Amino acid sequence: MNIHEYQAKEILGSYGIPIPRGRVALTSDQVERAAKMMGGRCVVKAQIYAGGRGKAGGVKLIHHPEEAQEYGKELFGRSLVTKQTGPLGLKVRRILVEEAVEIAREFYLSITLDRESSRYILIASAEGGIDIEEVAARSPEKILTRTIDPFTGLRPYQARKIALALGLTGTICEDCVELILNLYRVCQEKDCALIEINPLVVTKAGWLMAMDAKITFDDNAVFRHREYPDMVDYSQLDPLEINAAKYDLSYIKLSGTIGCMVNGAGLAMATLDVLKECGGEPANFLDVGGGATREKVAEAFRIILQDCDVKGIFVNIFGGIMRCDVIAQGIIEAAGAVGCTLPIVVRMDGSHVEEGKKLLQESRLNVQIGTNLGDGAARIVRMLGEVKQ
Amino acid sequence: MSILVDKKSRVIVQGITGRSGLFHTKQCREYGTSIVAGVTPGKGGIHIEGIPVFNTVAEAIQYTEANVAMIFVPPPFAADAILESIDAGIALAVCITEGIPIRDMVPVKAVLQGSATRLIGPNCPGIITPGACKVGIMPGHIHIPGRIGVVSRSGTLTYEAVKQLTDAGLGQSTCIGIGGDPIIGMNFIDVLTLFNQDPDTEAVFMIGEIGGGAEEAAAAWIKKNMAKPVAAFIAGVTAPPGRRMGHAGAIITGGKGKAEDKIRTLQECGVVVATSPTRMGEAMLAALEKSGRPAQKGAAKPAP
Repeated sequence: MNIHEYQAKEILGSYGIPIPRGRVALTSDQVERAAKMMGGRCVVKAQIYAGGRGKAGGVKLIHHPEEAQEYGKELFGRSLVTKQTGPLGLKVRRILVEEAVEIAREFYLSITLDRESSRYILIASAEGGIDIEEVAARSPEKILTRTIDPFTGLRPYQARKIALALGLTGTICEDCVELILNLYRVCQEKDCALIEINPLVVTKAGWLMAMDAKITFDDNAVFRHREYPDMVDYSQLDPLEINAAKYDLSYIKLSGTIGCMVNGAGLAMATLDVLKECGGEPANFLDVGGGATREKVAEAFRIILQDCDVKGIFVNIFGGIMRCDVIAQGIIEAAGAVGCTLPIVVRMDGSHVEEGKKLLQESRLNVQIGTNLGDGAARIVRMLGEVKQ
Repeated sequence: MSILVDKKSRVIVQGITGRSGLFHTKQCREYGTSIVAGVTPGKGGIHIEGIPVFNTVAEAIQYTEANVAMIFVPPPFAADAILESIDAGIALAVCITEGIPIRDMVPVKAVLQGSATRLIGPNCPGIITPGACKVGIMPGHIHIPGRIGVVSRSGTLTYEAVKQLTDAGLGQSTCIGIGGDPIIGMNFIDVLTLFNQDPDTEAVFMIGEIGGGAEEAAAAWIKKNMAKPVAAFIAGVTAPPGRRMGHAGAIITGGKGKAEDKIRTLQECGVVVATSPTRMGEAMLAALEKSGRPAQKGAAKPAP
């Protein structure tokens, strides 16, 4: 689960990590007022659920409140396309206005899970800033890492080694030790999958400050944090994805025309692979869960049909223990309720397969049965080809 | 004839009184698994479906000499359930639960590394030795006893692979779903090591997916150590970068974890990789052929 930069900074600030003075604006008038509060000279930053904002024109150093308002107007009407957003970009609905800070040095600092060691890992680099991926690729020796023992936690001496390696000395070094230890506290107490300060800066006035921050919460830990659902900015998510999440379905919108419903993430990915191999373009990834109940199948069907790009539907359910006739009923109910006339191909495996097939064939749906994964995928691609002519 | 579980395995179910715990307990017992006890804190002393329920894993082991634990405990309490079974000295814990927080699993993994317990999962379909013992949620009927070991990060995609193997006349020695989470117990290499040592496993089919570097590590291990033919499939060739495809672990980040890279590395290490999920059975046959041990069709042994 992602949150905005300003929300991440609020959390860091509450743990004693220095952040720039700032305000969140929802209108261009608010941007102007916030700029006045900062004394005219300020940084205006678009808040979207993606990185790469600076290069996409979403961050600007401003010198007058009027300029801030103009830029605010421009941003609020726009979708920002960065290298992380995909071609459609993300709409700007919130803007962060911050005091402009004179920067002396920039660093990179983050804590995330290292899958190889199954432990949290602290990552730091004396070359911070927006090009950290390039630094990692070009000169990996400049990236410092420390694996964190889950039982001792991150220790002050480890943090000090990092701070010294970053070239910090004296009181700033000790400030950095405290900051790193607090960052680990945030990571643990807030169940972060990733917490990143980039850049962490030393200001010309000689203070450490988190100039940009990113937090990704561990989705599996949301049950421990009742405040998290309220922090979500739904304008940053696809409406269909929001709906799917309500029913605990895993849905990702893609750019093609074949709606897909599959049980299990691995099989769903494989189903997309087969469709492409057959010359089809999937409209979505949708995992109804390994155990696919009738209710979830019905809801998944409604979500697929809300996508106007969908011209046909491929259902691939490897039930096993689940009864195929129950799944078939779910499909017939959902498709019948919305009067679906689109071509559908159903491939089912599991118990009561024959009863399930019979129910589908006797229904009024425009449905064909796929005998296996390859046959099903080829069929739906063929049916769509015929529809086009 | 198999690894980790067989006819002699004595299984307890942690979370037996929950809805899915009880449902799958019955399914496993119908398949022939010897379910000797259940564990639900606070419900010790009752019987459910004729199975005695204990308050703790230690108690259950003391009275039943169980050596395998199947875990269906809900996410907030699942890490504790795994730690309890490790503490009680169970030989094999199989955690089916999906959705355990990372922060809970980090210490579990650390405890596991110094223990005598092997963990399969979490967020996995479990383990089955066809015709002998099923500890998990997979459909038993698609499996037939035989000599192919199956190891997978996926759930239902494993069923698809097993069905294709069965349709190709290739029975299975043991099938293991190691789970799709970023932190899991046994990994590909742990399972491949056991298959390599098992005299009754002739070849291995491996199913991977995008994200992480587990497949690459397995490929290097196979090249160095594996004495048996291996075929594989990697899901997610067409997945868009940076998106979470259902599994928390399946994120392509920083150009790492791409399907093409995994496929190339596996091929370079001598693994036959299925070019499509519709040709997994064929890939296994091709790997057997290539190694000079063509498949003996119908060689499936009757259940012992």
